[in-house]
Amino acid sequence: MSLSALHIEALALRRGERLLFERLDLDLAAGEAVALTGANGSGKTSLLRAIAGLIRPEAGAIRFGGAGPDDARAEHLHLLGHQDGLKPHRLARDELAFQAAWAGGARLDAAIDRLALAPLLDLEVRRLSAGQRRRLALARLIAAPRPLWLLDEPMAPLDAAWRARFGEVMAEHLAGGGLILAAVHDPLPIPARDLELAA
Amino acid sequence: MSRLLALLRRETALAWGGGGGPLVAVGFYAGVVTMLPLAIGPDLERLAGIAPAAAFVALALASLLSLERMFERDYEDGALDLLTLSPTPLEAVAAIKSIAQWIAAGAPLAIAAPIAAIALGASPQHAGLTFVTAALGGLAFAFVGGTGAALALGARRGALLTAVIVLPLFAPPVIFGAGALQAAANGLAWTSGLLLLAGYTLAAAALGPVAMAAACRNALS
Repeated sequence: MSLSALHIEALALRRGERLLFERLDLDLAAGEAVALTGANGSGKTSLLRAIAGLIRPEAGAIRFGGAGPDDARAEHLHLLGHQDGLKPHRLARDELAFQAAWAGGARLDAAIDRLALAPLLDLEVRRLSAGQRRRLALARLIAAPRPLWLLDEPMAPLDAAWRARFGEVMAEHLAGGGLILAAVHDPLPIPARDLELAA
Repeated sequence: MSRLLALLRRETALAWGGGGGPLVAVGFYAGVVTMLPLAIGPDLERLAGIAPAAAFVALALASLLSLERMFERDYEDGALDLLTLSPTPLEAVAAIKSIAQWIAAGAPLAIAAPIAAIALGASPQHAGLTFVTAALGGLAFAFVGGTGAALALGARRGALLTAVIVLPLFAPPVIFGAGALQAAANGLAWTSGLLLLAGYTLAAAALGPVAMAAACRNALS
């Protein structure tokens, strides 16, 4: 894992006419997690998308320690939005295989094992419950190891048992030198700094 | 490389299945071609005269059908975000999507085109040429059509907008392709038409992915 830090300096984001926030600073080092909180519409999702390079910031800088921005976005970060990119009419197996392969994943079996996906693989994605779908989407985090995880409400559809299990997955990722920035409304089940975006 | 293959497999499966695949394209094509004799009347000589033109116009229209799905679904369900977060440039993703679109719609239509032309009274000896021009034209339609589909991303009623954007750009391949077939039917030299069609297809394949990638980035931001 070559990406070792995330530095955000004086970032301002605008969506249409509305300035979401300005002068936002954040430093995230390897092994650290930050819980991004704030009211609906305060810009949590936009911040994650800006870090992933999908939105151009109004002002300020986003830098990655140990990797250039293009490399970081191509190979060193995962963005897990509330939209999971899974096609309803395809088999869970096919969608999982594609998402993992696309992210450069070599540990598909480990992901299936860890998230107990085996019984779901032969179902069409539209047959899965919201929580099962989310587990399927989370699988690429494990299947394709990338250091920076940008998670948008990762646990919202999960039940209590799976929230705890995913907490263990996140803790392991941090222990291995990973970085997590997660937009949440409920507290993360791992030690994390809080960053609140004012509405 | 395995990444590109995985993408091609996914895109082809998505374009092929789920309604709007080859059966719909070929069915629509057959419908348009069958409608012509009903409108023009059973004058075989007149029908044979317009067969190449009719086959190509119907091909252009049938190619429009599934364009909307090329990017819209991935845009709406978040898959387009994932497609950008990879070492594979978005331009290559766009090119693969266009090729998958051609496999699912263009190639089946290219097989149907000679049959339709013969049914309208064209001479069977030009079936091979009809197939080649339809296949080349279909490739151009996929790259140009994909560009229109990407530009229409996020718009309401994107399919209609896509049709309005791309139909003028479908004109050159229709002119060159139908022109080559018409020339062949009249016993004239047809290579220049075919070469112009190939040139247009190459240009579309070279420029289309760049435009599609830019339009996708713009739609996501």
